[in-house]
Amino acid sequence: MGKQADKAAVREKIARRAEQEIESGFYVNLGIGMPTMVANFIQDNKEVVLQSENGLLGIGKYPTEEELDPDLINAGKETVTAAPGASYFSSAESFAMIRGGHINLAILGGMEVSEKGDLANWMIPGKMIKGMGGAMDIVHGAQKIVIIMDHVNKHGEPKILKECSLPLTGKGVVDRIITDRAVIDVEENGLLLVETAKGFTKEEIVESTEAELNISPDLKTEAF
Amino acid sequence: MKTIYSSFEQAVKEIHDGATIMVGGFGLVGIPENLIKALVESKVKDLTVISNNCGVDDWGLGLLLKDRQIKKMVGSYVGENKEFERQVLSGELEVELIPQGTLAERIRAGGAGIPAFYTPAGTGTPLAEGVEVREFDGKEYLLQEALKADFSLVRAARADKYGNLIYRKTAQNFNPMIAAAGKVTIAEVENLEDEALHPEQIHTPGIYVQSLIKGEQEKRVERKTVRN
Repeated sequence: MGKQADKAAVREKIARRAEQEIESGFYVNLGIGMPTMVANFIQDNKEVVLQSENGLLGIGKYPTEEELDPDLINAGKETVTAAPGASYFSSAESFAMIRGGHINLAILGGMEVSEKGDLANWMIPGKMIKGMGGAMDIVHGAQKIVIIMDHVNKHGEPKILKECSLPLTGKGVVDRIITDRAVIDVEENGLLLVETAKGFTKEEIVESTEAELNISPDLKTEAF
Repeated sequence: MKTIYSSFEQAVKEIHDGATIMVGGFGLVGIPENLIKALVESKVKDLTVISNNCGVDDWGLGLLLKDRQIKKMVGSYVGENKEFERQVLSGELEVELIPQGTLAERIRAGGAGIPAFYTPAGTGTPLAEGVEVREFDGKEYLLQEALKADFSLVRAARADKYGNLIYRKTAQNFNPMIAAAGKVTIAEVENLEDEALHPEQIHTPGIYVQSLIKGEQEKRVERKTVRN
């Protein structure tokens, strides 16, 4: 496999594991990029309503050429369709539903997560600032925040840290981290390793995580 | 009743140098395409523009940017525009980034007569610097002030001569709040109907709209994504 194919396979692995966080009956907001991919893996037996913060509750499939409608996009500006039972509304209504705690789960990407559940995912000092979009609102609104990302950066350095080095998106907002190597929960007394991925030992995960990891007594190994 | 323009040049004529304008849309969806083009042609400058995004290099608000008509941009995500980056880095353009939900609510508050409100977005981040923090039920919130504009430019799918507006699908986005937050609101509409719109279907009541103009939309697609 080439490097690109490797990368795609890793993203799919993370997205498939993230899908398991979604329960039937949930209203879910998926962030832009890898989180959007999670939608592709939602099992048919689950009834899930996806919210898009630009004003759509009930994101459907991508359109066919014939269905394509330039007035219908998701928050990543991709053309989409509306699922049966969908509704359209304003951005103020959309964020009222987010901030008001009505969204069961948000799955977002991350650059860094700290052991206290701080999240950094919107800017790198010295680089062009593109903007935070809706991330800062979503992290305070959804009932559960799951961050999906690579366990280490492209230099092989940990992204799960004692303290974030990048400017924060939200403080103490993350509930669970899913990476290509592990599933880690943010708890009162620190981070808890609950699952290891196939191909990674507990020791390798601890080694590639800067923050202290408590190991769950119910640790599931080779879980995904 | 409402002023109904037949020329876009006329519609934007009162918009003066240094004005603060709000422009509806999310990405390129729901933007008042022809009003923006008319502003480009009017050569008006030193604008403060409040809009979620700033268009792309050759379309939407990107056109105003290219001609250096914008002094300050207030939005939540501006990453689709290379010229934007160049002007910010060279110090030609001032930018204020606001979390999207806070931006929507600040505009809503502006139209609704609420001077400020508390929101959790941005607590514990660089955005909290110099902002009043208050605790409610053990959680921190930031005080955020309302936004208003001299002129608001919105786009709707349907309108009647009473100024009532109906938006289409996700082209609604920021348009309803922006319509209410402008001292003068100009609505560019795809269809200006002779019959009054059905009262139960109206998104923006006519009280918020001062003038109307019918405009053919190109509706460019930023990220065409299709399934087989």
